[in-house]
Amino acid sequence: MKKRSLFYEFKKGLVAENPVLIMLLGLCSTLAVSNKAINSLSMALAVFFVLFFSSLIIGLIKNIIPDQVRIPSFILVIATFVTLADLFMKAKFPAISKALGPYIPLIVVNCIILGRQEAFVSKNSLAASLMDAIGMSLGYLWVIVLLGMVRELLGFGTIFGVRVLGSWFKPWLVMVLPPGSFITLGIFVGVLNWLRSKGGKA
Amino acid sequence: MSEKLLAVSTSPHVFTREDSRKIMWNTVLSLIPPVLGAIYFFGLRALWVILVSVISAVLAEAIWLYARKMPLSMAIDGSQVITGILLALTLPPTIPLWMASLGAIFGIIFGKQVFGGIGQNIFNPALIGRAFLMAAFPVELTTWVAPTPGFHLTVDATTTATPLALMKFSHQMTPYSKLFWGNVAGSLGETSVFLILLGFVFLVIKKYIDWRESFSYVATVFVLGGIFWLINPSKYPDPLFHILSGGLMLGAVYMITDMVTSPVTPKGRIIYGIGAGILVVLIRLFGGFPEGVMYSILLINMTRPWIDRLTIRRRFGEVRK
Repeated sequence: MKKRSLFYEFKKGLVAENPVLIMLLGLCSTLAVSNKAINSLSMALAVFFVLFFSSLIIGLIKNIIPDQVRIPSFILVIATFVTLADLFMKAKFPAISKALGPYIPLIVVNCIILGRQEAFVSKNSLAASLMDAIGMSLGYLWVIVLLGMVRELLGFGTIFGVRVLGSWFKPWLVMVLPPGSFITLGIFVGVLNWLRSKGGKA
Repeated sequence: MSEKLLAVSTSPHVFTREDSRKIMWNTVLSLIPPVLGAIYFFGLRALWVILVSVISAVLAEAIWLYARKMPLSMAIDGSQVITGILLALTLPPTIPLWMASLGAIFGIIFGKQVFGGIGQNIFNPALIGRAFLMAAFPVELTTWVAPTPGFHLTVDATTTATPLALMKFSHQMTPYSKLFWGNVAGSLGETSVFLILLGFVFLVIKKYIDWRESFSYVATVFVLGGIFWLINPSKYPDPLFHILSGGLMLGAVYMITDMVTSPVTPKGRIIYGIGAGILVVLIRLFGGFPEGVMYSILLINMTRPWIDRLTIRRRFGEVRK
């Protein structure tokens, strides 16, 4: 296997191997909490925290975990950081914690996190794993925040709670509901595939 | 001499000038009675809704075709005109014009073009447009006005409920004659059973639609609605009311029969109609909405590949499994 640069490990998560748009992982939380930009951002930051620190710990201890019990061990490490994130948000940002509902605890079973541990961290160096975790988190972040902004704009006429469209605007209720989420994410995936097929790069 | 007696050529041997373009424009012709009915009952505004919807559908299609570098002539092959008219006919008379436009654009892009354009769509594009509007603007899509017969330029609309809603929520019966001729509140083109049947006769004579689908759809609603009526006549409406009210006739004639989304075998079409009919009765009697035609057709659209696979005819020599 060719040795890749650390910058490549960081960059690939943004577009080329984007966890949401290319690998279509973690869709449950992506679709569910992206009705407002602020919810999306909070969710993405929680994922960032969990993914980075899980990768760090698992990267450090991976050599002493027996192969047969690696998945339960990974889950245990991930669950620790999810609990930390969940309790922190409950204490400091109760309103957002309430809006996100069960989706913060559900990061435990988010495919992006476990998938990265299994597919990347367990096979690569610690430095590469951390770069990978940052890249993947940012890849998740920009997609879900953009998704949240589009849905909030059309569903409420606001972005991050700031009114952008005037009172003439009639909110599209559908964008706040699950169908709006599927439609918008579908457009994102379609546009990215179209750009990739056109440019051949990215 | 002998050459003229027997001309040997490859198939096809029978030619017709009828192509999809001609079929589509003839179907547009068949929509004239309900369109005139809409203007007669709901005033000139109905015409604006229909025009806005059609123009939006054609423009959306043209822009998409241009972006994909496909021939622009496909934007006026008639199919998107049908989508535009059908969408408008399913909308309430008081709908803001921009909403009709948005629905038509959404129906064309997401109901048709993302699947590959004409002949490729899984769902009926007009109903996709309407389902989107229904989810986006539920209040505007369920505000109905009483009809004012007589081609009025402007109408003083009085808000009222549709016969189905009256039945479902306050147990009020609407006379059959009003339902048949269309002098009731409802979507632009769904009220008059008579005018829709005119279009039905034309389409069946031209063989553009299969009467089996329409018939099995309506008959299922009649029979299943009738069974519930016999069980409890004071609670459930009678079967004749079921088939005369709401959008059932419009759906049965113009929507479930869509060539693209219908199964190919006659047997499959009957099953298709029965399935949609069951859904209508279930939604009308036990669902949250008073009317279930739109969702029944969209849901049954999804089953088409399986119905086709189950009912495909055996070829000669094929061994029965």
